[in-house]
Amino acid sequence: MPKDSGIGASSKRREDVRFLTGNGNYTDDININGQTYAHFIRSDVAHGTINSINTAAAEAMDGVIKVFTAADFAAAGGIPCGWQITDRDGNAMQEPKHPILAEGKVRHVGDPIAVVVAETLEAARDAAEAVEIDIDELPAVIDMKAALDDGATKVHDDLTSNLCFDWGFVEENREAVDAAFAEAAHVTSLDLVNNRLVANPMEPRVAIGDYNRSDDEYTLYTTSQNPHVIRLLMGAFVLSIPEHKLRVVAPDVGGGFGSKIYHYAEEAFCTFAAKVLNRPVKWTSTRAEAFVSDAHGRDHVTKIELALDADNKFTAIRTETYANMGAYLSTFAPAIPTWLHGTLMAGNYTTPLIYVNVKAVFTNTVPVDAYRGAGRPEATFQLERVIDKAARELGVDPAELRRQNFIKPDQFPYATPVAVEYDTGDYDATLDKVLELGDYNGFAARAAESAANGKLRGIGLANYIEACGIAPSNLVGQLGARAGLYESAKVRVNATGSISVFTGSHSHGQGHETTFAQVVADMIGLPEDQIDIVHGDTSKVPMGMGTYGSRSLAVGGSAMVRATEKIINKAKKIAAHLMEAAEDDIELKDGQFSVAGTDKSVAWGDVTLAAYVPHNYPLEDIEPGLEETAFYDPANFTYPSGSYLCEVEVDPDTGTVDVVAFTAADDFGNVINPMIVEGQVQGGLAQGIGQALRESAVYDDNGQLLSGSFMDYAMPRADDLPNLVVDHSSCTPCTHNPLGVKGCGEAGAIGSPPAVVNAVLDALNRAGHKVDHIDMPVSPARVWAAMNS
Amino acid sequence: MELIESREIAAPRDQVWAALLDAEVLKTCVPGCETMEGSASEGFTAEVVQKVGPVKARFKGAVTISDVVEGQSCTLSGEGKGGAAGFAKGEARVTLADSETGTLLSYEVNAKVGGKLAQLGSRLIDGFARKMADQFFERFQATVEGPAADEDQQDDAAPDEGGEKKGWLKRVISS
Repeated sequence: MPKDSGIGASSKRREDVRFLTGNGNYTDDININGQTYAHFIRSDVAHGTINSINTAAAEAMDGVIKVFTAADFAAAGGIPCGWQITDRDGNAMQEPKHPILAEGKVRHVGDPIAVVVAETLEAARDAAEAVEIDIDELPAVIDMKAALDDGATKVHDDLTSNLCFDWGFVEENREAVDAAFAEAAHVTSLDLVNNRLVANPMEPRVAIGDYNRSDDEYTLYTTSQNPHVIRLLMGAFVLSIPEHKLRVVAPDVGGGFGSKIYHYAEEAFCTFAAKVLNRPVKWTSTRAEAFVSDAHGRDHVTKIELALDADNKFTAIRTETYANMGAYLSTFAPAIPTWLHGTLMAGNYTTPLIYVNVKAVFTNTVPVDAYRGAGRPEATFQLERVIDKAARELGVDPAELRRQNFIKPDQFPYATPVAVEYDTGDYDATLDKVLELGDYNGFAARAAESAANGKLRGIGLANYIEACGIAPSNLVGQLGARAGLYESAKVRVNATGSISVFTGSHSHGQGHETTFAQVVADMIGLPEDQIDIVHGDTSKVPMGMGTYGSRSLAVGGSAMVRATEKIINKAKKIAAHLMEAAEDDIELKDGQFSVAGTDKSVAWGDVTLAAYVPHNYPLEDIEPGLEETAFYDPANFTYPSGSYLCEVEVDPDTGTVDVVAFTAADDFGNVINPMIVEGQVQGGLAQGIGQALRESAVYDDNGQLLSGSFMDYAMPRADDLPNLVVDHSSCTPCTHNPLGVKGCGEAGAIGSPPAVVNAVLDALNRAGHKVDHIDMPVSPARVWAAMNS
Repeated sequence: MELIESREIAAPRDQVWAALLDAEVLKTCVPGCETMEGSASEGFTAEVVQKVGPVKARFKGAVTISDVVEGQSCTLSGEGKGGAAGFAKGEARVTLADSETGTLLSYEVNAKVGGKLAQLGSRLIDGFARKMADQFFERFQATVEGPAADEDQQDDAAPDEGGEKKGWLKRVISS
């Protein structure tokens, strides 16, 4: 029977009460007395030399307080990059300066050049028209391969080329991989593009800087997935403000999908300007600004080759990828196409030899960084597409070819040739589940029905594995991370027994306020409403590395469990004292402490009251109060996995693709709240199907973003999606975190794009069209062209 | 975007050539042009108000005439900055040749936009640039050919905004 509370219960999302009634407190809802308004003037050319900026006329206008340019930031640092990649020759990546406002050159459409701060937003916008900026346009660097040609225009004049790094992984395997290809019975190769995406969370970015002169303290309110990381990056590297004088608050945040991880120039600007002007400074992004200033995602161009032996066993994989960095290095940009991509190229399979080459390239486009899945969708797409192509070439069932090459349950822990060790998994189980739920064997009847309606039906399968819960700090340190990746939690038990949990994990749609409370309630045996989850404020939470990489529960939740265990241990000492029993005999169940084998018991509330009113209390042994903090650094990544099955109908006349069925079978380890997990998977699937069929950020040769609004950038809509069948009954608990959880936030977006594209190609090939590949988005025009070429 | 077109003008080539370099004529013919000052040799400054899809802006910019082969061909280049709307650049390579009816005017147009214009209106730009070029040369033809031709045109042309404006401008110039 399903539980109605605690771990495993589909408790209703408590945060939805305020979200659904319009009572959320988003950054733009915050207004501070005396607040001013910032308007950013952004480059409308992709590449150019700034000859002059004349602000005099604008500054003379009514309501204008000051116009800022790069000159005002001479003493500030650049926006830092949080990860350093070492290239194949052992050299550090090329790392250009990323100024808050453009210095001498503009490098992408949307690059901020100047900021008008005024009494009203209207005055700031009006005055922006009076700022005279003279720019000589330079040729734009857009195509990644052309960007690496000798003599190509350079995005950064002080770098040797547009190559950020040339990364080989595992470099020592390269010759062995080449040898395996030479001996292969069959080689399948595929050139593909992982299309550039814009995250487009519902809430655009906002920043408010506030400065208190009397105590020299700064506060930044910002739409961030990780306020502590922003405090660290901005305080230590950009504005030189020590942590104790800088508070960063990320209140309710309306979605991030990665795009709100990074430290952005607007945050540093508002914080800095608040002190200069001694008034609060507020900036709210427009949707148009978001398209050209939020970090984009994906944008890989890849050639992948798969070698098989005569028995169809995978013997080697070789890839060459061009990864777009954009004009500057965003916070985690270099880690995405490398450590979050190359390490996943083994997928769910036993391929013994893998070599991944990634060339990261600077172009005159918006910086590219993590977007839901980050590197892992790119790896999964390549792998699951090339396997599907191999199955077609070999004339074998794509499900069986995959199954034949699976890592089997008895092989765990499994060390892959790309440096990670999967602790647990059962890939046959999710494959069996998805084939059963999706009625794989009944496809022929459905295809016949579609054919009777004049439609081409296809079925597509994809497996995925992801590395989540990033990550062991000592490991990522070796890999180039410039930060630790632990998480913290502070559990404060109040005198009457209610609990406030302060977590470093930020919630911006994930439902932490509900699920984290379920965990603590379960551990102590209290009603969930006795527990509140506090997050998003550096002045309240000890430390936090934030929410991304499906790490909140696996890392943040584990820290919370550790802190709660400390609480329980101390509370047992108090209970033992109150009941005059030995500590080892104390049991905690349903919020009652009892002495084993007796009828003695004392309620949770009596113990917590004793902690704060310590009249009868073992003061000689323990301190009063009941508050504990824990930091948790994981021993390994977690490895969620799953199998996805997609069915499409293609209109042979128009090329329109309709996703008619989608089934997801995931293994997330233990699940705290099945309803929230289902919602997370559904959201991820919507984004993955959106990538496969609709979304694409398109630049023209001049570096203008052509799909820069919702008129041209096609977000998936409800009627693009079928009823999504989501199952997570397959469960191999994570072996190294206390909850046995793996993370579910990104899975849907990782596994679905190849399933959709495989289904489309299946439909076309069944109809006799010999089509090997169609790049995403698989638009009607591309499908029609493929059918008619 | 690129556009290659030609049109017959019922006027001698030297008259067409002179009109092409005339600030008043250019002002009359550039759709949405509010001011046009300067000369062919030193270049013109202009203000043009235009709307592309959802973006309406006043473009301030310069028009220059280059690659001049007297009486035969030249390049008209315009670059306008529309503030928050972004920018628009265009050039038209114009060639004149004698023909049976007078002069055959051929033109090749290149247009480029940036900023919000490109971001919001990219898919409208081709149609917009074509319309701008068509209107310009339609008005140019009407201006050069004089009132009679204008009346002929008004008979079969739909009375759209350009048509009405053309008639009005024609009367101003020919009076």
